[in-house]
Amino acid sequence: MGANETSVIGQSIPRKEDARFLTGAGQYTDDVVMPRQTYGYFLRSPHAHAKIRSIDVAAAKAQPGVIAIYTGADLTGVNGLPCGWLITGTDGKPMNEPAHPVLAQGKVRHVGDPIALVVAETANQAKDAAEAIGVDYEVLPAVVSCVDALKPDAPQVHDAGNKCYTWALGDKAAVDAAFAKAAHVAKVDIVNNRLIPNAIEPRAVVASYNRAEQAYTLYVSNQNPHVERLLMTAFVLGLPETKVRVIAPDVGGGFGSKIYLYAEDVALVWASKHVNRPIRWNCERSEAFVSDAHGRDHVTHAELACDANGKFLAMRVTTTANLGAYLSTFASCIPTILYATLLAGQYTTPAIYCEVTASFTNTVPVDAYRGAGRPEATYVVERLVHQAAVDLGIPQDEIRRRNFIRKFPHATPVALTYDTGNYDATLDEAMKMADVAGFPARKAEAAKRGKLRGLGYASYIEACGLAPSNVAGALGARAGLFEAGEVRVNPTGGVTVFTGSHSHGQGHETTFAQVVAGRLGIDIANVEVVHGDTGRIPFGMGTYGSRSLSVGGSAIVKALDKVIAKGKKIAAHLLEAAETDIEFKDGKFTVAGTDRSKAFAEVALAAYVPHNYPLDKLEPGLDETAFYDPTNFTYPAGTHICEVEVDPETGKTTVVAFAACDDFGNIINPMIVEGQVHGGVVQGLGQALMEQCVYDASGQLLTGSYMDYAMPRSDDVPGIKVGTKVTPCTHNPLGAKGCGEAGAIGAPAAMMNAVHDALLATGVKDIQMPASPHRVWKAIQSAKA
Amino acid sequence: MSVQLSLTVNGTTAKADVDERTLLVDFLRTQLALTGTHVGCDTAQCGACTVLVDGRAVKACNVLAAQVNGAKVTTIEGIAAADGTLHPMQAAFKECHGLQCGFCTPGMVMSALDLVARHPNADEAKIREELEGNLCRCTGYQNIVRAVAQGAAAMAK
Repeated sequence: MGANETSVIGQSIPRKEDARFLTGAGQYTDDVVMPRQTYGYFLRSPHAHAKIRSIDVAAAKAQPGVIAIYTGADLTGVNGLPCGWLITGTDGKPMNEPAHPVLAQGKVRHVGDPIALVVAETANQAKDAAEAIGVDYEVLPAVVSCVDALKPDAPQVHDAGNKCYTWALGDKAAVDAAFAKAAHVAKVDIVNNRLIPNAIEPRAVVASYNRAEQAYTLYVSNQNPHVERLLMTAFVLGLPETKVRVIAPDVGGGFGSKIYLYAEDVALVWASKHVNRPIRWNCERSEAFVSDAHGRDHVTHAELACDANGKFLAMRVTTTANLGAYLSTFASCIPTILYATLLAGQYTTPAIYCEVTASFTNTVPVDAYRGAGRPEATYVVERLVHQAAVDLGIPQDEIRRRNFIRKFPHATPVALTYDTGNYDATLDEAMKMADVAGFPARKAEAAKRGKLRGLGYASYIEACGLAPSNVAGALGARAGLFEAGEVRVNPTGGVTVFTGSHSHGQGHETTFAQVVAGRLGIDIANVEVVHGDTGRIPFGMGTYGSRSLSVGGSAIVKALDKVIAKGKKIAAHLLEAAETDIEFKDGKFTVAGTDRSKAFAEVALAAYVPHNYPLDKLEPGLDETAFYDPTNFTYPAGTHICEVEVDPETGKTTVVAFAACDDFGNIINPMIVEGQVHGGVVQGLGQALMEQCVYDASGQLLTGSYMDYAMPRSDDVPGIKVGTKVTPCTHNPLGAKGCGEAGAIGAPAAMMNAVHDALLATGVKDIQMPASPHRVWKAIQSAKA
Repeated sequence: MSVQLSLTVNGTTAKADVDERTLLVDFLRTQLALTGTHVGCDTAQCGACTVLVDGRAVKACNVLAAQVNGAKVTTIEGIAAADGTLHPMQAAFKECHGLQCGFCTPGMVMSALDLVARHPNADEAKIREELEGNLCRCTGYQNIVRAVAQGAAAMAK
């Protein structure tokens, strides 16, 4: 932390953005109204896999209000959607990267695959007309399981085959050698259940074309407008970036699902020029279920070799990952780069080998969802550790302590170097918060009522703050992963901050304002944070991977440093002192050792009214931009402890207590951080106990609405205790690590370990997520039989 | 076919001819530009569109505008004081960090007002049970539940 920061840092300041959200004044994409606007509607495939013999739009075009109908054949000059990360397989070859058409080209590959865009005067007219489009399908057999897709007789989703890649990380020979001499090998078979992100604001678009400027404006519910623009212009539409402005206004949640460049965004931008009127589209929830990128969907076998004392010797992991029908924007790096690299967890395990095979199926594309690879890795590691402790009769906290990393920096066998952490501290605190000492009494009390209590631990690690661009590039990233920030000091001293980190619930408008107010010693009310508009912000890589404060915030700090450095030059002139004698503290430029000073606002005014100003040496104005590229990932870590009670009569699992103690590095606004943990934990609870995307064998989505897909509601969740310990990140100016995903990463493993602990006495050894009442009840019955 | 509508929205009379299949939520958002009422699903499950109709919480995506002819409708835009002072329930959501992305928030606040009207002394379990019709994907509900309790207490003063 810098010397200039005042008490605004570290305070739970109520959010600046709340007033508009609480009064209905928020401006989400579907609230944007344009003159002469039209409505778009997408006709989607009802089949999981089919050839399109023909499409007849004649009758539909004659319907009232219809302006235009476009199919794949009309989109000449429009390329397919790109994938942003190239994975090179163990065979040395680049991944299988089949075309991802914007509108279907002769074939549909999942239920929901878009076939035609109808543009009409009203939404209902567009919808009615879509019903009149005749599509002649030749239905093909479908495959939905990532494992089945790799079988020799599987239906082929793409001509080049269903396998995208087999990729590996780690020293296989060292792992094999360690397993050969291990006293014990713990084993788990895991299905990491497929999830549907379900931000409550559905995706939405308002696209328009300005003939005078020959330029497009796209309002879109998106987490990274500059990335959206870059992908759309450079890869798909072949337009200069100067001709497309992307605005992501208020966005109602993302959780990863709004990172990507979607087919609908491209089709609507393209069509807005052709109809020469604005087109709006608001995704219906049932459409979202079959078109928003899904998350997770891994099948894994994992083994942990231990010595007789429970010291970890090696880990071996084999995973099959479902990519869905096409490669979504970052799909390829999620089950590889963001997964296998996390398998060391908080432990000194000296040798790890992970092999991942990713396959295409007739399902919605799968990509990053809150945590993105790291929840999957944590689940593997912490289920293995739990099992090893059970096998060896070692207490759960003890086996973790015997293996914790305690010397930093620590280079893991899976390519990462942790800069700092204190895993004992978070485990100790979590155990106090969870009252582990009182657990046996609570378990006994529950047993008297015929209920089964269990306690589960997850000591997780994440790699956040994506990412050193050169490292990411070497691993196959097709983009940089820095962040940009601009600090514009206005003539009267108010500050406008332009950040590439989009906020869609995370509270950047407050947290970033605290950073700026703290550093400049000004009132937070005088700081305005602007995000989400390529027309106003220099550049940005956007919000995902818990990177906003550590990367986006650091870019702002770098820009602030430039502002202060220039301010010192101006103040030196005004105070007739040497620049080296000027100190900046508490909003004042002071001549060291004197009481002579100029307030920040006075210096700002001098910069814009440069009557008494060193114009021969210094430009007027006070407006600085910085780009920050991190030198390492950040490593948030912590321990989550969950207590569950299972009713063996019904199989229902109730989470009775949840304690999370996390190390996010330095914290700017504890209230916002706690809120992030609450939300993440409940998404983790959803994965562990409730949520499951289910396709039938023909590729029909059975969980296609909120009546079928069980999302946590207020009465499904317990009160969550949140604690923090701090080891500041060593390599960014804020010492921040990131907090957005921790809950979703730690919670599923903690909850499922608790379920397994509760069921131990029943003889049940293996329960997969979600641990629904039916699944638990069946397992108990099977164990009895 | 169009239907003639006359109803009171946030204390002001609204008259319009609307297509008979127009949903209340679309009428509010499109015709009256009251875009604080949000659409989060199409099955009356998420509650983002909750408004008060004659004082009772109603999911506006599941009601035809024609069905509320003559009724008094209150939306999120209609509950703060004329001078902009937040309603005690709005203020409680802000103080308790009961919102993140803000999309479910209007529906949550309107449901909370209905809840308080029926159960002014609701405890945590009751609040959790009563908010079951409103989905939030950001907050994990913890601070919403706290906000509703605090808002209810403030309204009782």
